[in-house]
Amino acid sequence: MPRVTRRAVLAGTAAGTAAAVIGMPAIAQATPFKIGLLTVKTGPLAQGGIQMEQGIMTLLKQRGSTFAGRKVELVSADTGGNPAGAKTKASELIERDNVDVILGPLAAFELLALNDYIRQKGTPLMSLAAAEDVTQRQTNPFIMRPSATSAQCCHVLGDYAAKELKYRRAATISEDFAFGYEQMSGFQRVFEDGGGKVVKKLWPPLVTPDYTPYIAQIGNVDCVANGFAGSNPVKFMRAYADLGMKRIPLLAGWTAMDDALLKSLGDEAVGVVSAAWYSASLDSPVNKQFVADMAKDHNVLPGGYSAGMYIAGQVVEAALQKTGGKSDDKKAFNEALRGVSLQDTPRGPVKFDKYGNVVGDVHIRRCERKGGQLVNTIVKTYPDVSQFWTYGDQAFLANPVYSRDYPPAKNLE
Amino acid sequence: MSLWLTLAVNSFGLGGLLFLLSSGFSLIFGLMRIPNLMHGSFFMLGAYFGVTLLDRGVNFWVAAIGAGLLTALIGGLIERFLLRRLEGQVLPQVLLTLGFAFIIGDVCLMVWTGDPWQPATPAHLAGAVQVAGLFFPLYRLVILAVAVVVAIALWIMVDWTRLGAMIRAGVDDPPIARVVGIRVSQLFTLVFSLGAALAAFAGVMGAPYLSVYPGLDFEMLPLALIVVILGGTGSLLGALVGSFIIGFLYNFGQAMFPDLAYVILFLPMLLVLVLRPQGLFGKVVT
Repeated sequence: MPRVTRRAVLAGTAAGTAAAVIGMPAIAQATPFKIGLLTVKTGPLAQGGIQMEQGIMTLLKQRGSTFAGRKVELVSADTGGNPAGAKTKASELIERDNVDVILGPLAAFELLALNDYIRQKGTPLMSLAAAEDVTQRQTNPFIMRPSATSAQCCHVLGDYAAKELKYRRAATISEDFAFGYEQMSGFQRVFEDGGGKVVKKLWPPLVTPDYTPYIAQIGNVDCVANGFAGSNPVKFMRAYADLGMKRIPLLAGWTAMDDALLKSLGDEAVGVVSAAWYSASLDSPVNKQFVADMAKDHNVLPGGYSAGMYIAGQVVEAALQKTGGKSDDKKAFNEALRGVSLQDTPRGPVKFDKYGNVVGDVHIRRCERKGGQLVNTIVKTYPDVSQFWTYGDQAFLANPVYSRDYPPAKNLE
Repeated sequence: MSLWLTLAVNSFGLGGLLFLLSSGFSLIFGLMRIPNLMHGSFFMLGAYFGVTLLDRGVNFWVAAIGAGLLTALIGGLIERFLLRRLEGQVLPQVLLTLGFAFIIGDVCLMVWTGDPWQPATPAHLAGAVQVAGLFFPLYRLVILAVAVVVAIALWIMVDWTRLGAMIRAGVDDPPIARVVGIRVSQLFTLVFSLGAALAAFAGVMGAPYLSVYPGLDFEMLPLALIVVILGGTGSLLGALVGSFIIGFLYNFGQAMFPDLAYVILFLPMLLVLVLRPQGLFGKVVT
């Protein structure tokens, strides 16, 4: 029986310690990469928030929860859809759960509430929230947007309405808040540069049980552009059709005709032309797989909220591939994220400008009924659309941010 | 001109829907003095029940009444087992009903998801009335007609039937009413259930044009409050007049002063509270 001497024990312990020390990096590498998801699962904004979660979960399932050879863990937090909740949950994710990247939040006011905190902490964040200035005049080196700024699609809509559809007189209608202003100002600017005139701008409050008083004021125009979001487009389009307004073509921003809304809509949506950065009908292998998996796992047709989070996940994956699975150097990882350029995402090619906002395709779609189902059929694709449209970043940023009064509407009647 | 005509007709339609919503609130708050903050939730719950039934191909009116009965049952249970214990205590009643409003909201989100539901307008009520080149959706006029029928039925029930007399007696002086053999607590459960049923029925009637979505509950609750405070608590006539006043203010206010939409809605309530706290048709409570 071998005697265990004191010396042997000491030596053994030392060897063990050394092994542990040498083994340290390997162990650190094996810790899972943590994605914090800031979403909304309760309250009035839950619709988009639940779709966000389904999108990222679909990607993780496809990849077996492994990006670039490293295990990925998803920590989901419900902000309740308000700025205070977003702030609390973001600090929980960063300080308690030590997440490596945050996806979300959903709403612009939530993102604005986090802006300074994220700048302080330096944890990269990818949001779908459209508060434009976060990737423009108030650019934050840690915030990226893989979806679109408010006006990014509406610039395209304005161009298409003026140049292809040859509309000359337009009315705009959208909720009375920043996302509405930014969308409709973008539409107005490009539409008027293309020779059109916006003759009426209507701003119903966010909570409007009945849109009839607004629709009744629209008057004599060639088209009506709307930028509603959430469940409001459903109400608005029904009232529009009920009042016999379908003789005036309806144009829509991406949230107003998001594919996820199609199941809630009826014949009133047929014929609506919309500009969106994602469409479930896009014909590419990666998108077909995404749509099929969303149908299988969640029984839904995905819209922008799901696709946006799926793409954000793909960007994280690509960044991890670049860093060889490492994320402990936050700064290097952030650089890697911002440098990502992908060809195969559900929306098509994706890259980021130096302000952290996506440059990607925007599609013009027309809503049709095919085999009983409503479908947004793509009629034209504008490739590589920047948040600055064709104005160039310097010239664009020299102007104030889009608002209710900027650019001024000179042609109102 | 056409704008004003459209708005006027639409005001009546909205007023009708508001009456269906607030008559139940008027019964519960006015007669039983329960500040029922889940009234908007009954509206939303009823609407969800209704769209689910409609989705299965149930006839529109059957769905509306069925949703009303289901919601009445839930309301009755809450009253019988919980609110009953808090009789006369306003603050606990506020907390309980508010708590249930949140619970109902979250349960609806779990069951019906966050996606908006909008049933098609029933085929025999769809279509538009065309007057002088103006389209007007027939359905809004149907809502108005239904509201008038409900108003008359409620008025007859409360003012002209034995049941109504018993309810009024139970409200005015519960101990004496009990002495003469009226089962006051049963009556109260009945009134509460009826209020919940009316809200749910309104929810189904409103669904084809309001649609149903999370958050609808707290959009409708303030409207019910304004109508009842304006019209006077406990007065069905007050609820009726209040509904049409708010219907008109809402439509014309949003068309003429869109920036002041909410001020215009709440201003008359403020004036009434200052000048005539019991409301336009309310009784002075002694």
